[in-house]
Amino acid sequence: MWVLVILMFFSLLVALIFLGAFIWAVKSGQYDDKYTPSVRILLDDELKINTDQKRKEK
Amino acid sequence: MGKDKPDYSNGDIKAVRGEVSVKVETFSYDNQIVKNFALATIVWGIIGMLVGLIAAVQLFLPQLNLGIQYVTFGRIRPLHTNAVIFAFVGNAIFMGVYYSIQRLCKARMYSDLLSKINFWGWQLIILSAVVTFALGYLTSKEYAELEWPIDIAITVVWVVFGINLLGTLIKRREPHMYVAIWFYLATWVTVAILHIVNSLEMPVSLFKSYSLYAGVQDALVQWWYGHNAVAFFLTTPYLGLMYYFLPKAANRPIYSYRLSIIHFWSLIFIYIWAGPHHLLYTALPDWAQSLGTVFSIMLIAPSWGGMINGLLTLRGAWDKVREEPVLKFMVVAVTAYGMATFEGPMLSLRNVNAALHYTDWIIAHVHIGALGWNGFLTFGILYWLVPRLYRTELFSKKLANIHFWLGTAGIVFVALSLYWAAITQSLMWKQFTPLGVLQYPNFLETVLQIIPMYVIRAIGASAYFAGVIIMVVNLLKTMKMGSFLIDEAAESPAIISRNGGDRGHRWLEKRPVQFTIAAAVAILIGGIVEFIPTFLVKSNVPTIASVKPLTALEQQGRDIYQREGCNNCHSQMIRPFRSETQRYGEYSKAGEFVYDHPFLWGSKRTGPDLQREGGKYSDQWHFYHMQNPSSMSPGSIMPSYPWLYTQRLDISKTGAKINALRKIGVPYRAGYENFANTELTRQADAIAKGLLSSGVPAEADKEIIALIAYLQRLGTDIKVIQAMK
Repeated sequence: MWVLVILMFFSLLVALIFLGAFIWAVKSGQYDDKYTPSVRILLDDELKINTDQKRKEK
Repeated sequence: MGKDKPDYSNGDIKAVRGEVSVKVETFSYDNQIVKNFALATIVWGIIGMLVGLIAAVQLFLPQLNLGIQYVTFGRIRPLHTNAVIFAFVGNAIFMGVYYSIQRLCKARMYSDLLSKINFWGWQLIILSAVVTFALGYLTSKEYAELEWPIDIAITVVWVVFGINLLGTLIKRREPHMYVAIWFYLATWVTVAILHIVNSLEMPVSLFKSYSLYAGVQDALVQWWYGHNAVAFFLTTPYLGLMYYFLPKAANRPIYSYRLSIIHFWSLIFIYIWAGPHHLLYTALPDWAQSLGTVFSIMLIAPSWGGMINGLLTLRGAWDKVREEPVLKFMVVAVTAYGMATFEGPMLSLRNVNAALHYTDWIIAHVHIGALGWNGFLTFGILYWLVPRLYRTELFSKKLANIHFWLGTAGIVFVALSLYWAAITQSLMWKQFTPLGVLQYPNFLETVLQIIPMYVIRAIGASAYFAGVIIMVVNLLKTMKMGSFLIDEAAESPAIISRNGGDRGHRWLEKRPVQFTIAAAVAILIGGIVEFIPTFLVKSNVPTIASVKPLTALEQQGRDIYQREGCNNCHSQMIRPFRSETQRYGEYSKAGEFVYDHPFLWGSKRTGPDLQREGGKYSDQWHFYHMQNPSSMSPGSIMPSYPWLYTQRLDISKTGAKINALRKIGVPYRAGYENFANTELTRQADAIAKGLLSSGVPAEADKEIIALIAYLQRLGTDIKVIQAMK
């Protein structure tokens, strides 16, 4: 079972290094705007080509 | 503030909107892959649910298996759970992710080839599951029953999916990663880790392996996996889908984006700790049980945060819910999620768990989740998505409404009947007479009492299934009306290099990777804190000197026990309650399971516990009981196993099995593999001779003899100590 302990130890080590990277990512602005993202996903404009194609196929 | 800090709040957003002149790129979305996964979802959904319905009927009509070993309850129960989880829900996850990730990233999938490998690979894995389960090749670890070659295939396909997902994120044109994407990433990382850690096994042959872990450790790893499979396969990806498709269907933004951020990080951090709540009062160390309980109770906060966020998105738009079947399905789905995530923490309380574990309450609980949350959200998404892919309207809203009401009624019937059955059975198990003896000492009595509830459950399941068939008709008609658009043209401004130029752009590209890693950190901490002490601290698993490895014949019997899926209905774990020790015998101790690869504690008592089965009945009793259970226990709902009496025990791999088990720590003496079969034959002959002398027509080389040998050994090792005292 000791192999597993070593595996776990290394995952924890790697994980902790990247915890720092995570804090860094948060600090860099992904969460700065808490409004626009929720609205933006609703704005998928239908492209004219797609509608044309639909008409053609009908 | 660093120069490379992107600022989404003003200029860049305008740029994304195209208000500032930037280069607009045109590209197309791959709809074909979404359509493929949608069709697979429908097909496997029908199969998975139909198998579930058959299993439900077999619980009161065991003859329904027609005496065919490939469709007995023990083999189709894992088929049902796996088909629903990995085939139905799995394909639905891919469908939703492949549709939404392209639109959220404003980019086509990273690679069409990887998409195809992901699709066909996944379908092949499911097909191989259907075949191998029917043949009885399974590892007995719940929701991880697939044997090792298929486990490797799953890993490969999952990695392909991951590369495709991350690749798409790296080439995305939308700098901000919407909340749904985080849920997808957390799902990917965690499922990969769970699957690999839990599937470590020692192969014996192409379709047989033994779990690397034994007893308590195996149980802990399994339920760390089992619980988190629910969390990260049935929950987080579906929350991602909810955060995308619910706002889309209602055409309004999610209630609170801020809440979604908190919801996400707290949920993934807390979920990973909750696994031990499946093992309360078992031989698992107490500290691990308490830790699991505490975190399970805390889980209600993020879970309900998510539910509230979903439901409040519809505030002021409930008129739309009345009109729109898509929203109806989604509202019930989110409500069912709320119910199931309330039930979960409650069931993790020790006193509630003491009463309801091993009963049908757990089955009801998972069906609220599976039928309500996963099923209804999938249906809602399908009703929304199929007309869009085919650029038309839904064929009939009326049919969709009929489906909705049939499905809802189905869930209510399934859940309520099982709740009723659970309470009835639990009370009967624990009832003592005033004189202090069990009021219902015969387990069968407690089974016969709840059979009407099983009938009602099957009726509910039929209603639910009928609804699905109606949906399929409706969707097929919709497809016929419309015309499918394979490559949907789209355009978006190229991603803007921010202040820092190349530096900013390149920095941003790394971000999905960082997100994934951060999610990995959050989920790993819990697992590691629970694992390492269990493996390191020897005193956690005290050894018992009298506990010895199984003989070759008994090990073969155990393999048959696994093949027939006995552990689906019988536990091997007596909890330290008076009602259980009186009924079954001495409570289970961790040290008794040190050679159990895998552990077979079970999670449901449709039949009685078998931990102390050894010596309870005669060989003769077992012989007739397995052949026709109602001959020994009139009214029994256990199926017959006639094939065990005609099939010869395969002893060609005995040596390989002994070798494999020794490699993972079972102390068989050196050279045992060489004469294992001689000893096996001797033991089998002795049992057959004993049976013959009492007038039972037994043949020593048949499988039943091995099974009897195993059943008679169960739980007897510690009786040696008791006898010495």
